[in-house]
Amino acid sequence: MAVKDYIRQRFFPHLWCPGCGHGTVLNSLLRAFDQLAIPKNDIVMVSGIGCSSRITGYVDVHTLHTLHGRALAFAAGVKLSRPELQVIVPMGDGDALSIGGNHFIHAARRNMDITALVMNNQVYGMTGGQFSPMSGLDTKATTAPYGNIDRSFDAAALAMAAGAGFVARTTTFHVREMTELMVKAIRHKGFSVLEIMTQCPTYFGRHNQLGSAAEMVEHFKDITAPLSSDKETDNGLIRRGIFVDEDRPEYCREYDRVIEAAREGGA
Amino acid sequence: MTGTLAFLQGNEVTVEAALYAGLEFFAGYPITPSTEIAETLARKLPKIGGKYIQMEDEIASVCAIVGASLTGHKVMTATSGPGFSLMQEGLGFAVMAEIPLVIVNVQRGGPSTGLPTGPAQGDVMQARWGTHGDHAIIALTASSHQDLFQMTVDAFNLAETYRTPVILLLDEVTGHMREKVVLPDKDDIPVIERLRTSVKAGVDYRPYLPREDGRLPMSDFGGEHRYNVTGLYHDMWGFPSTNPKVVHGLIRHLTDKIRHHVKEITRYKEYFLEDARTVMISYGSSARSALHVVHHRRARGERIGLLELQSLWPFPYSMVAEKCQNARLIVVVEMNLGQVLLQVKRAVSNPDRVMLANRVDGVFITPTDIQNILRLIQGKGV
Repeated sequence: MAVKDYIRQRFFPHLWCPGCGHGTVLNSLLRAFDQLAIPKNDIVMVSGIGCSSRITGYVDVHTLHTLHGRALAFAAGVKLSRPELQVIVPMGDGDALSIGGNHFIHAARRNMDITALVMNNQVYGMTGGQFSPMSGLDTKATTAPYGNIDRSFDAAALAMAAGAGFVARTTTFHVREMTELMVKAIRHKGFSVLEIMTQCPTYFGRHNQLGSAAEMVEHFKDITAPLSSDKETDNGLIRRGIFVDEDRPEYCREYDRVIEAAREGGA
Repeated sequence: MTGTLAFLQGNEVTVEAALYAGLEFFAGYPITPSTEIAETLARKLPKIGGKYIQMEDEIASVCAIVGASLTGHKVMTATSGPGFSLMQEGLGFAVMAEIPLVIVNVQRGGPSTGLPTGPAQGDVMQARWGTHGDHAIIALTASSHQDLFQMTVDAFNLAETYRTPVILLLDEVTGHMREKVVLPDKDDIPVIERLRTSVKAGVDYRPYLPREDGRLPMSDFGGEHRYNVTGLYHDMWGFPSTNPKVVHGLIRHLTDKIRHHVKEITRYKEYFLEDARTVMISYGSSARSALHVVHHRRARGERIGLLELQSLWPFPYSMVAEKCQNARLIVVVEMNLGQVLLQVKRAVSNPDRVMLANRVDGVFITPTDIQNILRLIQGKGV
C-alpha cells in the first residue's frame, strides 16, 4: 500500500501553520504504517485536544478525537475491549503531560499495548502561545511575558519511572530515525512512548527569537545527540534514541489470565 | 414472569440487571456508596469474558467506557457525587458523539465530599445540567429492587435506542438496602441490542446521518467502516465543522431525539390517584416512605395518592400535569431542597399548591417525617 493510501486526502491542505513540525510527524507516521503494513481497519488513532491532536483527522484509520488530556483513558477502553487492534495515541506536550499527566503515568504503569507519541513543541499552540510544562525556565510565552519560572520535566524519564517498557526520543530534524523509532514503538508489546521534539515557529519560535522554521529544525541537530555518542564531548546535549526497550507483562494478556482464573472458579 | 428469588443489596441488583442487559465492559473508581457495583463486577465480568478495569479516576473511567462502547460493547460505570462531578466532561463528550453508555450515580450527601454514607437526592439537577452546553439527557431511578432491575435494563435499552448516555440516579438507601428480588429469566424482559449499519464495506457510511426514524446505526471501531468521532460539532461523517447549518442541525438533533420521545422514555408508577385530592410525588427511596404514608392515610379514608417518578429526565411535565389536574394539594417528597419540586411547579396549572416534604440532614426521610410535614401543611399541627 502506498503511503498516500493512509491519508484522507479530502481534508488537505492541513490546518497547521507554515513551518509547523506536526506535518513532519504525520509523514513519518504514515511511513511507519506503510513499513509495518498494518491493515487500516486494524488501526485506531485516539487523540485529545490541541494542534497535535488534529493529526488523527488526516489519517484514514478509525479515529477518535477526544477531550484535552484524556486520550489515553479513551484508548484504554478501546484497547482492552478489543486487544487485537493497534492503538496509537498522538498527543501534545500540554495534552499528555499537564492536563493528561495523571493518565500518562497510569497508562505507563498499567502497560497496555498502546503507542503514545508525545509531540513536544514546548507550547500551547491552539490557544495562541502559552507556556507548557515543557517550555523550560526563562522561556517567553504569552502567559510568561517576564520569563518562565515554571520548571519543565523530562518526559522520557517520567515515562520510564512510571513503568513504560519502551521509551524513546527523536526530533523533526531526524526524520528517518523518527520513522524507525515509530516502527519499533508500535511493534513493542506494551505501553510505548516516543517523545518527538517538534517546532512551533508561530508561537514558541517567535516569542523566543528562535528564527525561522528551518532554523528551529536545524537547532534540534545542534542541541541533541544520540544515546550512543561520547558522553564527554556531548555533555549537556539532549539524548535521542531508545532509553528502554524491555518486555513486561502486557495488561490485556494479563487480563486473559484473570478471565481464566475467574472461569476456574477462583474468588 | 418466572425467575430466581434472591435477597440482594441494591448495588448488586444493578449488577445483575446490567449483566442481564448485556454489559460487557465496566471501568470505574472506588467511591462510597457505589463501590459494591465495582467489586461485584470485578468478580463477575471476567467469568463471562467481559472486562473490568479500575481506572486512575472517574474522569478516566467514563472516557474508557466511551472507547469500549465504540468497539461495539455495552458499557457502564458507577460512582457517587464527587465522582459524578468528575465525569461531567466525559458525559458531555458522550452526548456530543452519541455514545450509548450507562452511568450509575448512587447519590450521597453533597456538595463536595459531603456525607459519603448519608442518603440524599441532591444530584437531580446535576444529572440534567452537570455538563456544559445545551443538551438533553435521560435519567432513571427506582425505589425497590424489583423496579431497580427493570430500570437498569431500561437504562441500557434507552442508551442503545437513542444513542445517548443514560444516568441511573440511585441513592444511598436503594444502593445499600437489602430486599427480596426476583431475577428474571432470559427473555422475560426485552433487551435491545446495538443497531449496526447495514452499509456494506466500500460504500460511503455516514455515522451521523439519522435514519428516517431518527436512529443512527453504528459501526464498530475495528470494523469495515473507518470514520471519525469527535467532541467538536461535526458533519454526518463525524468530521469537525463550524458551518452554522451543520452546528444548528446537530444541536437540534441532539436535543430533539430525546425531547420528541418524552412519552416513550417516561416511566412512573401511580397509587390511588383516581380520586386523590392530595397527590404526593416522589422517587427513589423517598417514594417508599411516601407510599407508606399513602397506605396509612387511605386506610383512614383520606383521598390521597402517590405518583412515583421512575424517569426524572426528560421530565414528564405533561404526564405530571395530567395526574395532578384534580389535586388540591401536591406534595413533593425528596431528600434535597426542592429540585423535583421546581419541575412539578413548572408542570402544574397551580404552582402555589405545590409543597415540599423533605429532609436534608443525611438521615433517611421516614413516613413519620412526612406525616409531620403533611400535618403542618394541612394546618393540623404536629
